[in-house]
Amino acid sequence: MIDAPSVGLLSLFLASILTSNVLLANFLGTCSFISISKDFKSSMGLGVAVTLVIGITAAVCWAVLYFIIQPLGIEYLSFIIFIIVIAGVVQMLEMIIDRFSPALYLALGIFLPLITVNCAVLGVILFMQIRKYSFPQAVIFGFGSGAGWWLAIMLLASIRKKLDSNNAIPAGLKGTGITLITIGFMAMAFVGFSGMIAVQ
Amino acid sequence: MSDTGKTSAPAKVSPAGKVMRDGLWYNNPIFVQVLGICSTLAVTNNLRNTLIMVLGVSFATSMGSMTLSALRELIPRKVRMIVQVLVLSFYVIIIDIVLRAYQPAISKQLGPYVGLIITNCILMGRAEAFAASNPPGLAFLDGLANGLGYGWVLLVIAIVREFFGFGSLFGFKLVGDWFTPWTIMVMAPSAFFLVAIALWIANNYKAKVAAAAKAAAPGAAGAPAGQGGKP
Repeated sequence: MIDAPSVGLLSLFLASILTSNVLLANFLGTCSFISISKDFKSSMGLGVAVTLVIGITAAVCWAVLYFIIQPLGIEYLSFIIFIIVIAGVVQMLEMIIDRFSPALYLALGIFLPLITVNCAVLGVILFMQIRKYSFPQAVIFGFGSGAGWWLAIMLLASIRKKLDSNNAIPAGLKGTGITLITIGFMAMAFVGFSGMIAVQ
Repeated sequence: MSDTGKTSAPAKVSPAGKVMRDGLWYNNPIFVQVLGICSTLAVTNNLRNTLIMVLGVSFATSMGSMTLSALRELIPRKVRMIVQVLVLSFYVIIIDIVLRAYQPAISKQLGPYVGLIITNCILMGRAEAFAASNPPGLAFLDGLANGLGYGWVLLVIAIVREFFGFGSLFGFKLVGDWFTPWTIMVMAPSAFFLVAIALWIANNYKAKVAAAAKAAAPGAAGAPAGQGGKP
């Protein structure tokens, strides 16, 4: 049915976290990344939520892609279908978390619905479609990318905790400016991982 | 995504002119709102791809804003978000199909980033902040102004990145063999640095203008400077 690339699952997982980090190498999900990383606790909640959503939607979208979209030949509708699947998964996850863990639900708050428009989720799914991953690869890639995003936002939130109270930063660079520079340095550090595992 | 209009264009211009000025400078999506940098930063190491993305984003924001504004009385508030996303993805699909048909090579290079225009925060931001409460014509202009305001900043970044990264512009080699390309400019970190530098310059310029306005009219309350940098 599909000619999946021959990549081991473990190396795919590590690669999606480190070498091709969804945020630092592919710029996906930068908007919420910058605004949420101000607060350490929210970053934690959002990181968990994003990881869960990407992992689950990758699995669901894989099934939708190969059992519905391709047999019917409606590839031109795939963007709309993926967005609907993402919105549906987010909605369902919201209800499940509300039912089983009200504390986590409260902690996630507004972030859960906002994940629908997080570029990282749709980005991972489009990458999965383009690279023709098999089902296990898609799931591993989804969770790995989510974990990579989570790692990046936790790192940045910890740095910003110290940085935002620093008065030596020029006025014009405060806030978003210095955050972008910090992300740039983090991206440089992550470039150091490249070559460790090659995956495309 | 709120459109609080911290520094907005002088009030004496017409509504259409004000919308254009706000989008291009006073309320620029990148400098003031810091929205939507996700999907396009990835392609800014190549001027041609950036131009195509910018045109795509401008098309989607302007047409999407216009459509949503025309439909604004009909959409129930509860399902507003999903309707917005669906309308916007409709326009993005058009862009994708056109690119695939006429520029298959570029479409391949851009990969998932064309589809990612859907989740570009500028689209949703303008739909929510402007199109939901303004007539279609003005919403179209607002979308266009924001798309272009976002576009010129990215084009400047792309010029810097392609020139230093490859020694070329639009794929044409501009410098001789003596030039050593800066590999960093091709890679991800430089995009973050350049956006930060652009933001810094814009904030400083705004601060200067505000200070000059304050000095010129001591009694009047000048717009406080550099607020764009404080989220």
